[in-house]
Amino acid sequence: MKLSKSPWILHYDGSSCNGCDIEVLATMMPHFDVERFGVINTGNPKHADILLLTGGINSQTAPVVRQLYKQMPDPKVVMACGICACDGGIFKECYNVLGGADQVVPVDIYVPGCAVRPEALIEGVKKAVAILDEKQQEMKIAMKQGYCTVDYGRLAVHTTEDDYNSEESSPEAAQEQTQTAETPGTTEGGDAE
Amino acid sequence: MAVSIVVRVILYLLLGPVIGGLLEGIDRIISARMQGRQGPPLFQPFYDVYKLMHKQTIVVNSIQVLFITAYLIFTIFTGALFFGGGDMLLVFFSLSMSEVMLVLSAYSVNGPYSAMGAQRELLQMMCYEPMMLLLAIGFYVAQGSFMVNDLIGADRPAVIALPGMLIGFAFVLIIKLRKSPFDLSTSHHAHQEMVKGLTTDISGRDMGLVELAEWYDATLMMGIVGMFFVTREPVSYLFAILACSVVFFLITLIDNTHPRVKAMRMFGLAWGVILVCAGTNLLILNLIGK
Repeated sequence: MKLSKSPWILHYDGSSCNGCDIEVLATMMPHFDVERFGVINTGNPKHADILLLTGGINSQTAPVVRQLYKQMPDPKVVMACGICACDGGIFKECYNVLGGADQVVPVDIYVPGCAVRPEALIEGVKKAVAILDEKQQEMKIAMKQGYCTVDYGRLAVHTTEDDYNSEESSPEAAQEQTQTAETPGTTEGGDAE
Repeated sequence: MAVSIVVRVILYLLLGPVIGGLLEGIDRIISARMQGRQGPPLFQPFYDVYKLMHKQTIVVNSIQVLFITAYLIFTIFTGALFFGGGDMLLVFFSLSMSEVMLVLSAYSVNGPYSAMGAQRELLQMMCYEPMMLLLAIGFYVAQGSFMVNDLIGADRPAVIALPGMLIGFAFVLIIKLRKSPFDLSTSHHAHQEMVKGLTTDISGRDMGLVELAEWYDATLMMGIVGMFFVTREPVSYLFAILACSVVFFLITLIDNTHPRVKAMRMFGLAWGVILVCAGTNLLILNLIGK
């Protein structure tokens, strides 16, 4: 038995035009019926295996995405769905957009498309679950070879207040990050207009 | 006699989760077919629990682990008591004890969604507890004993004397198994207004234990439905299994055709059905008996 038989998905919309989100929901609907692969669209990061991100990341959503990623138990996989989540897409040069999802969390799978097609999404999930198995396998091998004596993937973790209130999870920090980044539209003249 | 009790308890310990898991798998397939899709494989619940057992466990408050383990142990204890032929009253008391443990685990994490789920779970308990007590009393009035061992050795099936109780219990079962329209505290379906309610902050191995306890619970509930039909004759077990299948199918059908109701509506409905069906049944039984 493998972990890949029951991938539970957490879907989060960074700041997209909602095109990809509609496609994601269409994939979960009876017509494509991803539940036949055991996929469940859960709303809870603590139950999720795959973090499915759509849309570019802006200064408002960056801390949220970070926290969602932190709250997910290991092993976990991040999927960037749609061109905006891959590298920012059409919103890339907006004053408040940091870029793709890989600016804030490590992305394992990039699924391009505008909007991303359900077929591509299913293919992406298939590849994501393969990575999920790989991550678990790597952990097992590391333990066998003695690099690691504790199975950190299965070790119980206690969350503390710091996990929720760290510096990088404040919207102000992300705001600063966008302002210091060299993107057009951040000049003072642009704001005055 | 003592040996047969041990055998029955061991059989329950081994087969309880298998039957419960298969019931959930069948439930998911039937639901999928009702919605016009293929649905997951039959063994999907087992894959899910295997995965949960092999994932990292995020513990918010250490006491949470104790409560969840206690929930599982009390649920298994309840089932073992029932299938071992124990006292019906004790079965229902320890059943509410196990539920209390789950509620406490949800309260202990201090999360807003968990707390809301726990409050609603308490309300759900309030809805089905009267039925459980009435059922034990009904069995006593009809068959003259609280002991499951005596009840299964009866001359005629209990359902002849307790048809109202069966209807009331089947109704209450929807609340107990947390199926729509009464899945207020936590839902098997994603995206409800309070994330996952009761189980929001339970993850990894702990969540696997909760699922396992729910399987044991489902097996126990089906056992109680079967109790209405079991007599001294071996053929009655066939009727019991048939009745369980019908009740289970009806619950799945209602789950798929009814949207969630508000808490107070559930409260009124549940107590109304219990009073009308089970209460009247008990009243008539008392009048005829005297």
